[in-house]
Amino acid sequence: MNRAPVYEYLLITGIGVAALLIPWLLPNFITQFTFLWVMVVFALTWDLLGGQMGYNSFGNVLFFGIGAYACAVVQRDSGLDYFTALALGLLCAALLSTAVSALLGAGVLGMRGHYFAICTLGLGVAAGEIAGGWEYLGAGSGMVTPQYPGGIGERDLFYYFLSLTITGTGFFTLRRLYQGRFGLAINAIRDDEDKAEAMGLHTTRYKTVAWCVAAFFLALTGGAVGNLIGFIDPRDVAFSGATFGVWMILMAILGGKGTIWGPVLGAAVFHLTQELFWNFLFGWQRVALGALIVLIVVFFPQGILGWVRETWPQRFGQHVDTDRQGGEETR
Amino acid sequence: MDNITILVDAPILLVQLLLDGLLAGAIFALAAYGMALVWGVMNIINVSQGEYVMLGGFVAVLLAEAGIHPMLGVPLAALLLYLLGWLIYRLVIFRIVDRDLFISLLATFGISILLQQLANQMFGADVRTAEGELGTSFLFDGMVTIANIKLAAALIAVLTGGALWLFLKKSRLGQAIRATAQNARAARIMGIDTDRVYATTFALNAAICGAAGALVAMTWIIHPYFGLVYTIRSFMIVVVAGLGNLLGVIAAGLGLGAAENFAGFVLGVEYQAAFVFTLLVVILLARNLLLGRKRQYLK
Amino acid sequence: MFRTTKILPTLCAFTLAWSALATTGVYAAETITLGAAVSFTGKYSTNGMHTKNGYDLAVARINETGGIKVGDNTYELKIIYYDDESTPARGTQLIERLVNQDKVNFILGPYSSGLTKAIAPVTEKYRVPMVEGNGASRALFDQGYRYLFAVLSTSEQYLQSAVDLAAERASAMGKEPSSVRIAGVFENDPFSQDVRAGVLDDAKRHGMKMVIDDKLPPEINDMSTSLTKVRALKPDLLVVSGHAKGAALAIRQVSEMKIDVPMLALTHCDSAQVIDKFGKTAEYALCASQWDRTLSYKDEWFGTAEEYAQLFETTYNYAPPYQAAESTATVLTFVDAFQRAGSIDKEKVRDALATTDRETFYGHIDFDDSGKNIAKPMVLYQVQDGEYKVVAPTKWASSELRHPTPPWAQRQP
Repeated sequence: MNRAPVYEYLLITGIGVAALLIPWLLPNFITQFTFLWVMVVFALTWDLLGGQMGYNSFGNVLFFGIGAYACAVVQRDSGLDYFTALALGLLCAALLSTAVSALLGAGVLGMRGHYFAICTLGLGVAAGEIAGGWEYLGAGSGMVTPQYPGGIGERDLFYYFLSLTITGTGFFTLRRLYQGRFGLAINAIRDDEDKAEAMGLHTTRYKTVAWCVAAFFLALTGGAVGNLIGFIDPRDVAFSGATFGVWMILMAILGGKGTIWGPVLGAAVFHLTQELFWNFLFGWQRVALGALIVLIVVFFPQGILGWVRETWPQRFGQHVDTDRQGGEETR
Repeated sequence: MDNITILVDAPILLVQLLLDGLLAGAIFALAAYGMALVWGVMNIINVSQGEYVMLGGFVAVLLAEAGIHPMLGVPLAALLLYLLGWLIYRLVIFRIVDRDLFISLLATFGISILLQQLANQMFGADVRTAEGELGTSFLFDGMVTIANIKLAAALIAVLTGGALWLFLKKSRLGQAIRATAQNARAARIMGIDTDRVYATTFALNAAICGAAGALVAMTWIIHPYFGLVYTIRSFMIVVVAGLGNLLGVIAAGLGLGAAENFAGFVLGVEYQAAFVFTLLVVILLARNLLLGRKRQYLK
Repeated sequence: MFRTTKILPTLCAFTLAWSALATTGVYAAETITLGAAVSFTGKYSTNGMHTKNGYDLAVARINETGGIKVGDNTYELKIIYYDDESTPARGTQLIERLVNQDKVNFILGPYSSGLTKAIAPVTEKYRVPMVEGNGASRALFDQGYRYLFAVLSTSEQYLQSAVDLAAERASAMGKEPSSVRIAGVFENDPFSQDVRAGVLDDAKRHGMKMVIDDKLPPEINDMSTSLTKVRALKPDLLVVSGHAKGAALAIRQVSEMKIDVPMLALTHCDSAQVIDKFGKTAEYALCASQWDRTLSYKDEWFGTAEEYAQLFETTYNYAPPYQAAESTATVLTFVDAFQRAGSIDKEKVRDALATTDRETFYGHIDFDDSGKNIAKPMVLYQVQDGEYKVVAPTKWASSELRHPTPPWAQRQP
């Protein structure tokens, strides 16, 4: 039932080849593309909970921030050389973040609806405030990550491929998960949690695992972005609810939540728009962001993929079963 | 733990902290009452709550800068924000009243960003204040001081809350609002124009927050970005007090104000905001645990 | 076939000619492009505007007076601006964009220490010189950055003279300077935390004790808990640093709660407009400033500090805050370096910057090895009879310090 159509393989191959060639085709835009991959991880991991499982988290940026800080602390204190410290830092970031999500998951994921949403919002902001008061993490002054030892071009390439690897691994992991029993289970939770529980599904276990997966990839991204930006501010970089935190949700919805390609598409469209038009709005871009959220949520909640599917249902009806399920639910 | 030693040495400071906290809490309670109203009647959690508080504050500031006493800002802010609330309802909210909660949450979140940034564009990101110049009262030989403006603000907060309660209890429209809260479908069948009820409720909420904001501008300081803390505080108060429970909202509001002040003193101000947000998470977790127990009991 | 064969050589010739023109620079009045990511939106938007006005005024002035002579060429200046939205993440992306896509070789600093901290690694990475006038955090200057230059005094100096003054006063009154007790409330951001570090160092130097050391979170708009501690512990000096918010809150709540401290020292009084807003309650407050129009500095572009201030006022209709003055000085520093380098090669300009040693209307500029300006002192104002009067350092003091601040009970309302 879950055989992916041929064109999906073609699409993946196409994107993969393009991704590998970009540093040489468009060398000047390499950092922008690095951030594009980061955005894709943001949207995909948010959609794992918000789209596939029906748990709308406003605080996923928590794991991103934990990752950024954990990685930076290891880099600062381990005394190892740059790459070993970075690798160890990323590992610690992922482990710590997953552990936190597992710990919190048991309590927080028991909440439903509004309560879950606001609780996660609180978690994200509280983490930023605590990091901002904690001397060990540089308190309000933030942390500066170490300088890359090699040359300019090398650093850009390194972080490009690092984030591409994280994004690629994340994408295929999620795709695999959605195709199997796990995907069905979390979709069932989204559709009717009580019934799913009554059918003998260990809903809490599934929910916690889903959150842990999201936390794992977000933490890796956090570690990479902390180094990419070079400066970790508690409220404006690490636990930045007002930018990254909101963008995650917006990108997933824009592309079409509850699908695997929707968030990817949403991230690409959002990031492109931001890079192309944002700067020419001179100060009005955040007003535009607010207006965009309202417009998308009120008039276009099905997202781009959802809209395409509504307009040409026969194109999808034949092939993609799993995706269609998701698409119907978004309405 | 030096901070606790200070309190032990000078217990009179407890009074100061408590009074400051309670008076701040009265304003939290006012904004929270508005949130409870919208939540109860329309089943929408309005995340843009804090932004109406902020805009109300700017009304008072602009009045003060024009040389008019900012106290007049309280009714004026309420009026202007009522109109704004009505407008936002007509433009956006009426489309999402019956939709699923995620949409209403995110849409109001978008409105909150929009208002915040518009305020930034219009008034600048600067910190503003409105001077009421009401003087200061001394208690206990000058060891405890209370700015009269805080007393006035708390008084106005209580009066506004009381007036609102009377309005809901006695007036025709107020009764319609309560009827809609109890059962919107039944209310419609009985001939109540629920659309109008919703619009009024939403606008009233904005007006209450606007009044609270004018008081905030006179008592502390305002800038375009302080809204979220008020939204979160309102939400916490409502969660603790429950919907449609005016006395509960007042008690929870005052309690939160005092708790926050003590936390700021004992833990250090750097953790005062962290305390608010952590308390939110703790309250929600505790609530969930209690509900869980109840469910098991029913089984 | 015919058309391609003809077009191709033409194109080649054109390209060659163009590159030849560009490299030898036959044309006069070419432009040097500077790049800046400044906050038009977000929490720093007001100061971002001061920064931009400062930059623009310098560029207009330079271009009006015939541009810059570099070697045999005359150049005009141009600035490409982007909005960093007051967030570090956006700032770094925009600098990448300026360097990579707009091919800008010279960067003007953003507003605030946090954003400068975020941007410095990027300019360092691309070896692009950045001169900045609004990032005072000293943590910027212990990273070994080679391409970062700051015209302003670093943040630990902001309240140094206040601590020194408190020590002086203590000795004058026959007490040990080490008996002075300091209370500090600092906003929890990179700039104010650095001011705090400076105050801690100075306190240690004099052997003074910090009795209160609070960090104010950016979201909180109430300082009463810290002030309650002040009332209990009765320190000799209260220092508050937290951009405009800290200054406004301190003046307001100290007066409303009638907190008596002999000395109150602040930063950012002028951006908070404490005199206009709070009138008499602001009296006696000490305020740190990078620059003042009454100081006796001058240069060939703007004349004296006072003349600069007047030009600024006629152009933008408000008195120049020091944030604007230091931004203007940033552009002037670049211009001076272009002239001395005799080239617009970024390495040569960087070396010229490193050897800068000249006076501007903003003050003397001389960078040490870490890139910070060591030649210009901070000044300390006191609010006296509704005006800012320079009270320290003694060289520029225009009036005597009024100390101690009388208790509220004795002050006229």
